Amino acid sequence: MATVEERPIGFGRLKRKEDPRFIRGQGHYVDDVNLPGMLHGAVLRSPLAHARIVSIDTSAALAHPKVRAVITGKDLEGLNLAWMPTLSYDTQAVLATDKVRFQGQEVAFVVADDRYAARDALELIDVEYDALPAVVDARTAMGADAPVIRDDKEDQTNNHIFDWEAGDRDETDRVFAEADVVVTRDMIYPRCHPAPLETCGSVAHMDAVTGQLTLWTTTQAPHAHRTVYALVAGLPEHKIRIISPDIGGGFGNKVPVYPGYVCSIVGSILTGKPVKWMEDRSENLTSTGFARDYIMHGEIAAKDGKIVGLRVDTIADHGAFNATAQPTKYPAGFFSIFTGSYDLQAAHCKVTGVYTNKAPGGVAYRCSFRVTEAAYLVERMVDALALEMGVDPIELRMRSFIRPEQFPYANKTGWTYDSGNYEAAMRKAMEIAGYDELRREQAEKRAKGELMGIGVSFFTETVGAGPRAHMDILGLGMADGADLRVHPTGKAVLGISVQTQGQGHETTFAQIVAEELGIPPEDIEVVHGDTDRTPYGLGTYGSRSTPVSGAAAAVVARKVRDKARLIAAGMLEASPDDLEWEKGRWYVKGDPEQGKTIQEVAMAAHGAADLPEGVEGALDATTVYNPPNLTFPFGAYICVVDVDPGTAHVKVRRFIAVDDCGVRINPMIVEGQIHGGLAEGVGIALMELIAFDEQGNCLGGSFMDYLIPTAMEVPDWELGSTVTPSPHHPIGAKGVGESPNVGSPPAVVNAVIDALHQSHGVTHIDMPMTPARVWAAMQGRPEPPQ
Amino acid sequence: MQVTMTVNGEEVTREIEPRLLLVHFLRDTLGLTGTHWGCDTSNCGACVVLMDDEPVKSCTVLAAMAGGHAIRTIESMERDGQLDPVQQGFMEEHGLQCGFCTPGMIMTGRALLDRNADPSEAEIREAISGQICRCTGYTNIVKAIQWAAAHEAADATAGAGEEVTA
Repeated sequence: MATVEERPIGFGRLKRKEDPRFIRGQGHYVDDVNLPGMLHGAVLRSPLAHARIVSIDTSAALAHPKVRAVITGKDLEGLNLAWMPTLSYDTQAVLATDKVRFQGQEVAFVVADDRYAARDALELIDVEYDALPAVVDARTAMGADAPVIRDDKEDQTNNHIFDWEAGDRDETDRVFAEADVVVTRDMIYPRCHPAPLETCGSVAHMDAVTGQLTLWTTTQAPHAHRTVYALVAGLPEHKIRIISPDIGGGFGNKVPVYPGYVCSIVGSILTGKPVKWMEDRSENLTSTGFARDYIMHGEIAAKDGKIVGLRVDTIADHGAFNATAQPTKYPAGFFSIFTGSYDLQAAHCKVTGVYTNKAPGGVAYRCSFRVTEAAYLVERMVDALALEMGVDPIELRMRSFIRPEQFPYANKTGWTYDSGNYEAAMRKAMEIAGYDELRREQAEKRAKGELMGIGVSFFTETVGAGPRAHMDILGLGMADGADLRVHPTGKAVLGISVQTQGQGHETTFAQIVAEELGIPPEDIEVVHGDTDRTPYGLGTYGSRSTPVSGAAAAVVARKVRDKARLIAAGMLEASPDDLEWEKGRWYVKGDPEQGKTIQEVAMAAHGAADLPEGVEGALDATTVYNPPNLTFPFGAYICVVDVDPGTAHVKVRRFIAVDDCGVRINPMIVEGQIHGGLAEGVGIALMELIAFDEQGNCLGGSFMDYLIPTAMEVPDWELGSTVTPSPHHPIGAKGVGESPNVGSPPAVVNAVIDALHQSHGVTHIDMPMTPARVWAAMQGRPEPPQ
Repeated sequence: MQVTMTVNGEEVTREIEPRLLLVHFLRDTLGLTGTHWGCDTSNCGACVVLMDDEPVKSCTVLAAMAGGHAIRTIESMERDGQLDPVQQGFMEEHGLQCGFCTPGMIMTGRALLDRNADPSEAEIREAISGQICRCTGYTNIVKAIQWAAAHEAADATAGAGEEVTA
């Protein structure tokens, strides 16, 4: 028997509504879409990182009996489609015309009868390249002799994209001048990749008669994509339907619009048939949105035993096209949240974005717009400072935390943190970990020459972008819609603009409506991922589903509740003011027997009897939620590692994560999200790396080379929670999906440094901490990751 | 060439290209899309099916090599409206999120329990170590398989025909 908690009408550990189809293999992913007469596309990619295209000969490919079309950049130029806008107001080649600018760049697109024939035909295309020197290191990209990568842009005379600053430079200089201790560190957050298990792809079907384009595609933002296609192709937006069916993980990788999607559309237009394009794993790793690639110089200052100042100078490697997905006014995303969880006197950051001959992207990998890089920087710097000061890293954090009574807290770079109780979360993590006992164990092991490390991190995120006055992508305000219809029998359909890639929206969002209306979650169908069936909104990334769309769901349910009140008042012949709500029912104050359930009201709303004056029929509502602020989830993480003195292999023995994401709608789903993010964070810390050689060859182009943790590399996660509601969110919730990926890498690195500092004098190792790289550091020659 | 194999208990014969991978034979030729594809290099295990009751990565098996063998996919796991305990375990313990690795994980979990009815956590982790999940961090997958083992043991004690209770 299911317990009461497993069958909640509202918040609680409800089993997921998505699961019955997935456990039967009946999920419906893009590659499962098969249409009559469907053709298959494949992309020819550049083997070189930087080269002029001299000629492309497609004749042999076209002669292949199963090939229906071969498309090159020249063909697209004729359609004005050779270039498309990126989400950062840059342009990106759909198919290269003049030059190739990274290894793996799209050069031609073949459409054939089946996927094998399409791949065969790629071999028949003859491209002559004139190789150019490749710019691989962002630190040299701005050099006077560096080749200009983006010579397609008229005003571009170097590889500079942007300079961006936040905080007060002069005030920060003053605080540093007066500090007792200043510590500096150079660190790289290396390029890594979200690598969802399902690669990217699309099935395009252009109906030549009706002009209707239907695109099944792997997108986390169906509505934003539809608008981009309208802008790219000049297609009328009302004739475009984006269907994002089940998505096999996204983690930010499925936010951008990729050339392959556009090519599948062009292929369908040219052939008159549906065209499927699914990239392979190498294509996913070498050409789609990477993450991070930040080279940071950090400085931290302390006075009177507390952290007082922080500054950082960053070079951001954006690859060959500036295709990051960041709100327009935030070219370095929310990196300015690098002040973390501390009550600083001053802070300043500067970020310089540059082009290199590497794949474009700079998407969040389970991260709210560069919050991950920011949290890594501050949490590594705090540990470096603690080391210098000779104080326990938790003690230094405790002394410097923003205190509960300081919320809402205005930090030094323009953010207003909504709520927090940092010390409580930190203490809870210490309690679960048995922190003092761990330190005792470490001392014993050190005496025996064993290398045990305890790493701490405490992060604060800013998630749920965001207020439309400040935040937009391509001019589209970052609000999200919701519409709710309650049918006559009391069953409801909620349409949302965000898109699940595994987060369980069909369950969580039903629970939000259930909590507000008292309709059982099983009676609420959540529709998402289809632009024809859902209201407009910007989609799921940056942990924004619950902060923005979750709020929209609560607000629209309250609108329905308000309408139900008027109808119930009519039915009860009472004034609406005399009614009170209990979950699922309006009743007359002082006479609880006299009431109408939401189901009775729903039937009456559609019934034959008159409704109260001014009340239209049906029981439905729509809303667009424009968040007044972002939400600021936080957490305290403790990682315990053992480093093998003979092999430098790092074993994560324990990982304790105490997260505070405000009110938890479905704690089971929240915990699952944290588990997954922790595994990804440990992977980033220990093994995930997209590296390049000097010619710009990608060295992480398959799962043989881009290593992802399996069940053997991660521990059994130990979770705890505190609940500090967001004061401005309708249900007090904050985002959580990305917190574990934000908070865990610095905890792992801090643990490894903690293990090696005393015995080997190691003060920093850049990620990923592979045995070879840790070994090099132990020998006194730490190496940058690329 | 012609290939004949047993898929989910039914004999199938098809004309195929010799190079056709088993994963594409299952997905594209037979329409059994519950088996997924994720990497090309036999690392991710989204394509795991059972061949003669042993887990294999169907992206690394030619359909021709499966000729004469018995293939079992996720579509066969529910029988007479009754979920396999491993399937049920994944739902009970929240052992899945996006669902993409799930069919492969369930097949491996089934194969493990068929040869070891009471595996330790370490044995479960080792059994699924050829497969990648990006969503769950594995803890709940381990619990899902443990759930199935516990319920199958209880079921065996209670006697055949007893319903597995949720």
